[in-house]
Amino acid sequence: MSFLLAFLIGGALCLVAQLIMDFTGATPAVILVGSVVLGAIAAGLGIYEPFAKLAGAGATVPLPGFGFSLVSGLLREMPKEGWVALFSGAFKATGAGIKAALIFGLIASFVTRARA
Amino acid sequence: MEPKEYRQRVRRMEQPRPVARNALWAFVVGGLICVVGQGVQSGLMSLGYDQESVKAPVSIILVFLGSLATALGLYDRLAKLGGMGANLPITGFANSVVAPAMEFKQEGPIMGTGARIFQVAGPVIAYGLLTAFVVGLVRFAISGGKP
Repeated sequence: MSFLLAFLIGGALCLVAQLIMDFTGATPAVILVGSVVLGAIAAGLGIYEPFAKLAGAGATVPLPGFGFSLVSGLLREMPKEGWVALFSGAFKATGAGIKAALIFGLIASFVTRARA
Repeated sequence: MEPKEYRQRVRRMEQPRPVARNALWAFVVGGLICVVGQGVQSGLMSLGYDQESVKAPVSIILVFLGSLATALGLYDRLAKLGGMGANLPITGFANSVVAPAMEFKQEGPIMGTGARIFQVAGPVIAYGLLTAFVVGLVRFAISGGKP
């Protein structure tokens, strides 16, 4: 059941993003930035957490889930760290994915041949 | 030629965007990537990770898979078919980092790979962090940070 929900809801998010791109002619970068911003706002309004509980990876794997992680990580640190969490909190939940992409990207650039 | 007339002519010459087919493939590819993510998550949780501690390793593994597929030249093909279905998941985030890292290698490790590696992911991270900051500020102003 969790696999079916992940497929349907994750697929639906991607479908909506594709439709917005095709109908507005926006570039992928604009769609991606918009997705993260909307995910973060939805997280701030408390909408995204129940959505993620329902959809599992269908909600956390697409980019709006990245915005959700930024906000939920920050808000989780805030009771402990106070205002400092405004600057330190967001990376706690998302740092692993960002750093993994950076490290694998650097490794890939070192081991592959430069394309002319 | 008048600009208006030119735009009309361009519109006539343009291939109509296959909107329905793009949307269907985005749905299928994006959905399947999320199923892979759900599989990784379920697998790790059966190894003893809980709902919170599983998040980081799931991200790392999906980023690894997306990076590997990018390095092998497979992810570009998937993105051509799936569009946003390949770009929106975190594997597409990995692709957006790894692809320029490889592509700009010829311009050197610092100003090529180093400077360009976040050329798509950078804006995403920047505006994501800004939004999170504003959301946090609002929460802080309302409740002093208490949940």
